[in-house]
Amino acid sequence: MSTVAETPPASRDDEKQSGIRQRADALREAGVMAVALAVYRSYIFRRFVFLLFVIWIAATVIFIIPRLSGQDPVKEKLLLEAQRGGAIQSGLDAVAKSYQARLGLDQPLLTQYGNFMFDIVRFDLGPSISFFPRSVNSIIADSIVWSFGLIGTTVILGFTIGTLAGAFLGWPKAPRGVGILFMPFLTISAIPQYLAGIILVFIFAAQLEWLPLFGPYSPGTTPEWSFSFVVEVIRHATLPALALVLSAIGFWAVGMRGMMINNQGEDFMVQAEAKGLKGRRIFFRYGVRNAMLPQVTGLALALGTLLTGALLIERVFVYPGLGDILFQAIRLSDFFVIRGIVFTIIVMVAVATFLLDILYPYLDPRVKYSRS
Amino acid sequence: MTTATPTVTGSVQSNISDEVALRVEDLKVYYETPRGTVKAVDGLTFSLRQGERFALVGESGSGKSTLAMALMRLTRPPGHIAGGKAILHGTDLIGLSEEEMRKIRLSQMALVPQGAMNSLNPVMRVGNQIADGILDHLPEGAQKPSKDEMRDRVRDLLDRVGLQPMVARLFPHELSGGMKQRVAMAIGISLNPSVIIADEPTSALDVIVQRQIMQTLGRLQEGLNAAVILVGHDMGLVAQFADTVGVMYAGKLVEVAPVRTMFKNPLHAYPRLLIDSIPTMDEKKKMVGIPGMQPSLLNLPPGDAFAPRSPLQFSAEDARVEPKLVEVEPGHWVALSRPSVEDFDKYAHLVDYR
Amino acid sequence: MTAEGTTARPVVAPEPDAPQGGWADFYENRVYPVLQYAKRNPPLIVGIALLSSLLIFVALGHLFYDHELYRPLSVPTREAPSWDYPFGTDTQGRDLFAVAIRGTTLTLRIGLIAGAVAVVVGTVFAFIAAYYRGWADAVIRVLVDVGLTIPPLLILILIAINTSEPLTVDQMGLAISIVAWVFPARTIRAQVLVLRERSYVEIARLSGTSGPAIIFKEMMPNLLPYITASFVTSVAAGILASIGLEAIGLGIFSAPTLGMTIYWNIQFSSIILGMWWWWLPPIITIIIVFVGLFMISAGLDEWSNPRLRKSV
Repeated sequence: MSTVAETPPASRDDEKQSGIRQRADALREAGVMAVALAVYRSYIFRRFVFLLFVIWIAATVIFIIPRLSGQDPVKEKLLLEAQRGGAIQSGLDAVAKSYQARLGLDQPLLTQYGNFMFDIVRFDLGPSISFFPRSVNSIIADSIVWSFGLIGTTVILGFTIGTLAGAFLGWPKAPRGVGILFMPFLTISAIPQYLAGIILVFIFAAQLEWLPLFGPYSPGTTPEWSFSFVVEVIRHATLPALALVLSAIGFWAVGMRGMMINNQGEDFMVQAEAKGLKGRRIFFRYGVRNAMLPQVTGLALALGTLLTGALLIERVFVYPGLGDILFQAIRLSDFFVIRGIVFTIIVMVAVATFLLDILYPYLDPRVKYSRS
Repeated sequence: MTTATPTVTGSVQSNISDEVALRVEDLKVYYETPRGTVKAVDGLTFSLRQGERFALVGESGSGKSTLAMALMRLTRPPGHIAGGKAILHGTDLIGLSEEEMRKIRLSQMALVPQGAMNSLNPVMRVGNQIADGILDHLPEGAQKPSKDEMRDRVRDLLDRVGLQPMVARLFPHELSGGMKQRVAMAIGISLNPSVIIADEPTSALDVIVQRQIMQTLGRLQEGLNAAVILVGHDMGLVAQFADTVGVMYAGKLVEVAPVRTMFKNPLHAYPRLLIDSIPTMDEKKKMVGIPGMQPSLLNLPPGDAFAPRSPLQFSAEDARVEPKLVEVEPGHWVALSRPSVEDFDKYAHLVDYR
Repeated sequence: MTAEGTTARPVVAPEPDAPQGGWADFYENRVYPVLQYAKRNPPLIVGIALLSSLLIFVALGHLFYDHELYRPLSVPTREAPSWDYPFGTDTQGRDLFAVAIRGTTLTLRIGLIAGAVAVVVGTVFAFIAAYYRGWADAVIRVLVDVGLTIPPLLILILIAINTSEPLTVDQMGLAISIVAWVFPARTIRAQVLVLRERSYVEIARLSGTSGPAIIFKEMMPNLLPYITASFVTSVAAGILASIGLEAIGLGIFSAPTLGMTIYWNIQFSSIILGMWWWWLPPIITIIIVFVGLFMISAGLDEWSNPRLRKSV
């Protein structure tokens, strides 16, 4: 290298100074890290407060809505049962007493609210009316596993595959034919999941008879940890999962395509090419990496809709998750089970949103740690 | 007349070699729009020698940035390179395959981008953005450098552009505009390219930072003995940096000259007006703008595009004449049409008007 | 140097006189550009075509078919499609062609009510929040954030199980709008915030134009694409919510909406019964509605954001 014409103020110094500078650098770096960590912690704290706030609002709404309607769903339900002389006739008195104590409808509103919140804080959702004296908690605990397995898997699969597919659709260097997929994706994304489920049942279960029509496993099989039982469960879960994944793929692919195309105009995409980077690296590290950020935000926003859509699919497939129980409870007017499931799902969505919120700064270093 | 290739002889800088680094011949970049063809760069010819600092100036829309992108072969639809050659050390870039061109980018010809503000990937640490260009240009079968090696190279590059090593760990949004521009330069020199295209590297920076950046760019250029094409519109900044200045108007070069000649004795009316419009400290002269606007490049009629704005009175007949780039003295080229040069008669024999 | 007449300065052609009127002119200036644009934006056209064909079907059906046969027990049960019953009949003796005509109308009605109310409420809140900022913004923003986190269907379930009398179709639309306004509010608030910083709005403000005048004269024209898109999305969301509510058993049992038809299908296992003519029409209709709305919204997106155009 030839001689250096002029030294910029911050670059070349003699040995001693550079030693000091290095130490200063290290200190500064440590300082920056500490500040960043503190900012991040306060961000998490604020998101956590928001999580609690959402849960509180949800609980309050659940408390208020029945009281706004000016009727007592439990009393009506009990009356109905008494008239029918149904199966739970024998325990009716016990049920009635238990509710009296629980709801305390003769007490002032504020006391009722206090009692209600006290139960909510302990996550005590009360006893079921139709399955008295089983608690709502135990009913939910039994069914939540099925929902969790189905929804968790399909949301992640659908999001990942859909985002990648959309990235290809929005990539100018993708093979020509890929573009044809856009219209099908657009169409699929517009079909509600449970309708897709009905179509799939018709094709693969009723017509082709490849997969079972409904249920978590064949009637008559006993749940156990064996290979054949696991296969059985997977076979039964395939169609509902496929319906959920397919419509999710369409939805995320359409969104991601738009983001990718938008991204093409960014300076850093041009510069990535000017740097002579390999296509793969530009695609993943520059294109997808940036275009997926709005997708993740979108995931947080869409979680609620995705989850409720999945609940409805359980109804189509008589899959014994929260959605199916919810349907049963609605049919039996089992107010406490409905309330419990609604609250549980809201908490699930809120927690998932919270998790995405605290994950997001790792994906986007620019986030100012303040969404609200 | 033989092909017009403006080159500079007798430049102020002594380290300009005779070796031609980049030769652009009749390069055309057109944009196809529903309403017609926009000739953004229309038949540009010049050559650039190793170690030369060539500044390309013109108003926005004159095609200078289009040219920069075309030389990197980064013209995007609806734009396309409609013809011509860009010969880098004997290889015509226009004819290369996409993959061959990719290998040349950064390693032989680097772009220091316009608006460094957004030209860095916002979600990637600066160090990785310097490293990935190096990694993607390893020779066939070469071993991937170790993490430590890479870190040292990145540190060294940052040091050469006047940045501290810790910058490698930062994200672009944590840098100031000047620092980002320095990072862009560090990326640009990371593989010792022989040609650096700096596309308005100082736009959107404040004046003091602009000066520092230009000094750093100059120092880097000397260190590498690279040829630099500086695209810009600030005549003052260009005057301090360049050996040679080319002035573009409506997709064409109107004058190319060594920097001193250009400022002392511009022949074409357009550069003359450009230079007159630079405010000076010592004399309180009236600021002069250039009347009129650059014409739309859409379906531009043949002839001298500057004629309607020229203070010289063009006759309708003269305006229709296509000006030719003529070497009026060694290293001094001007787009010559009858009224556009004051002492036209002196150079008239060089032009073949039929 | 030379006389004025010889300069080559471009002569500006005199502006052509005001449009001459007449159909040719109307076509040239109004219709032709729209057609040209349509060519560049196929989703918008496909979407509008899908929904229009549905509306035409419904309109013709109302005019020429005895759509009162949607009631149970009005026709023989479980008949496959025939000349008499084009879409067949179900297990409870409904004429499914009549159900399709009535159901499509009802479902669209729920969606339109929900979408319109949601967009109006959402837009008003968005303007209050983004234009006046301060505590109003804080409250609305928190409301929107919470509303976005809580799945709307769940709130609707709570509302539906607590109403003493069965809802009517219009009430259902209104109930849905209670939860559906948050999304338009969010989108439009963000756009108002952007517009607020535009210089022409600032100038209007500095020159003493009143808030409502700025909102309606300066901002509204620029927001229309977004408001339209929000409306389309809200209609889709409203229909989706109504069908969900109906599928889970909280629908209006006397109304033959698309969602209720799906409900009866699931309830009576029409797939196992092999009655494809029962479940297929409502599903296809719903798909047409959603794809149509979605295409229109994608087309509007392309309109307000030309970068998405395929030519990129």
